[in-house]
Amino acid sequence: MKKVALFFIMAFFAVACGNDDDSQPEIFGCTDSSSLNYNSAANTDDGSCIYNKNVTFSFIQDWDGQSVTSADFNVTSFTNAFGNTLQISKLRYLISKIVLHKADGSTVDFEEYKLIDLTDPTSLTLTPAIMATTGDYTGISFVYGFNELDNRSGAYPDLNDANWNWPAMLGGGYHFMQMEGKYEDGTGGELPYAYHNGTARVSPDVFEQNFISFNFSQNFTISADATIEIKMNIAEWYKNPYIWDLNVFNTDLMMNYEAQKHMNENGASVFSIGAITQ
Amino acid sequence: MKERSKKIFRIFIGVMAISLLVACSSNDPDPIDPGEDYIPTPKPLTVPPIFEQFLPQPFIPADNPQTVEGIALGRKLFYDPILSGDGTQACASCHKPSNSFTDENQFSIGIDGFEGTRNSMPLYNMAWNTNSKFFWDGRAISIEDQALGPVENPIEMHNTWENAVASLQSSSAYPELFNKAFGTSNITKELTTKAIAQFERTLISANSPFDRYLLGENSLTPQEINGFAIFMDEARGDCFHCHGNEFSPLWTDNIFHNNGLDPIITDKGLGNVTGDPNDDGKFKSPSLRNLAYTAPYMHDGRFATLDDVINHYSEGLVYSRTIDPLMKAVSRGGVHLTEPDKADLKAFLLSLSDPSFINNPDFQDPN
Repeated sequence: MKKVALFFIMAFFAVACGNDDDSQPEIFGCTDSSSLNYNSAANTDDGSCIYNKNVTFSFIQDWDGQSVTSADFNVTSFTNAFGNTLQISKLRYLISKIVLHKADGSTVDFEEYKLIDLTDPTSLTLTPAIMATTGDYTGISFVYGFNELDNRSGAYPDLNDANWNWPAMLGGGYHFMQMEGKYEDGTGGELPYAYHNGTARVSPDVFEQNFISFNFSQNFTISADATIEIKMNIAEWYKNPYIWDLNVFNTDLMMNYEAQKHMNENGASVFSIGAITQ
Repeated sequence: MKERSKKIFRIFIGVMAISLLVACSSNDPDPIDPGEDYIPTPKPLTVPPIFEQFLPQPFIPADNPQTVEGIALGRKLFYDPILSGDGTQACASCHKPSNSFTDENQFSIGIDGFEGTRNSMPLYNMAWNTNSKFFWDGRAISIEDQALGPVENPIEMHNTWENAVASLQSSSAYPELFNKAFGTSNITKELTTKAIAQFERTLISANSPFDRYLLGENSLTPQEINGFAIFMDEARGDCFHCHGNEFSPLWTDNIFHNNGLDPIITDKGLGNVTGDPNDDGKFKSPSLRNLAYTAPYMHDGRFATLDDVINHYSEGLVYSRTIDPLMKAVSRGGVHLTEPDKADLKAFLLSLSDPSFINNPDFQDPN
């Protein structure tokens, strides 16, 4: 009680003094004119300044924890959950609609999509034109492939140039992934596989959306330019829940509804958020 | 107010002085030495509507912009045998407009009568080769770089650039033409290939019956339409993974593949360039435009007809270590298209040929 009384007395004097002489009253706010929320009336910085920072997404791949790069193509053998021994010669996939979720409920919506091609180092990172504001974040979401609205046939010149289109007879739009290579057929030979994913064709002219939305809860703070890793565990494409046997599904999978849906199921556990550094 | 009118007067005098300068330079009848500040007339590429709609903008190197004078010089050089060792062969000897800028031979014959080992490549839409790797094996990194090769190749034009440049420099016409194109009459191999590259970038082909079909300007036969469906069907043609589609109208991915031609690789192709054995036997996917004029086919011109090519992918595939996974059913030689499917596929492929391209008067011999 005494303390409260003292506080009021002091507060009274503080205000009284301020009014009586020429010195400015303390006005709290952001006093940095380079910030987004600069308050020209403020004379006391309260740490509330907000800044725009670059966010770079780094796309990295592994096989159950073992790093995979294009240096592994045609060289490194992997064993999938079923037991097929396979090599990879191509891996390209599409990520779109990356969103950062702020603690205050607002979002940072990056508009770019990204075609990641392991043989093209420049495709392994994305620094969107839109910047993220400093502060606390609670989640990261993105779409593997394109959602129905974005998956418009021929709409993206760079993807057209990359021959990334998905045939109209299979629903059109674009591929979501092309993973190709060879697997051992068990008799000393090798056979090709082309694990291509996109819109699923149920029957002629009947199609089913096949993209996957990811929404990761993750608390982090952006205080400087940041790098966020988006990780793909390639092995997950072959398990969890469907144990993929390349002897059953290898090529001609684009028009194979069953194969497309197994890809979609298995894809749900493929991606995760890795290190966030700044 | 006084100060202000003084200032206006000064600006007026300045403008007058500049306009006098401009008037003088535009009246200058002597183009021999336009000097450092000379700027040739810009001539951006005309992007055809189907490319404008679906493709990125063409790539023009910053140090070699398209100009009226540069293109005209490049065209003259392209058709002039002056670049060859004995003055008998021009670029156009093996890159003829009537053949969509390739020739009819399996292997072209150089000035000394020697045969090459690769089929002369057709030339068009090169400004859209976005990965910028040229030749069947990708060993050149630009059109300018590509054009350096044949002049000195002993089985092609068998000249030296020193000699070729000296011939151009001592000719009556070229110093002035280089001056108009580049502001200097001091001819170099770099300026020579820049001019040739400018001309080659103007070789744009996008007016085939299939292009006009996509633009809604004409119709196709049912056979051609069915052929396109076979092309786009993963279980039949599956051509689209390497050769484009209706939204990717270059009809090539400009990437390198081993398409199952031989059990033993003798020409390593891309592997020779990268040094990576996993690239052995890989060659650039050629565009499917203008096939009506570009026989024979493949990097080594082994197939005389389009039927041979289709039969290869249908039944003739053979395994080798670096074969592309997209070459399916290789143990059976391929997917075994039916004869009607083959005929329809061929009809579609021929609908990508563009007579207005090979007959374009801007592309013919100006000499």
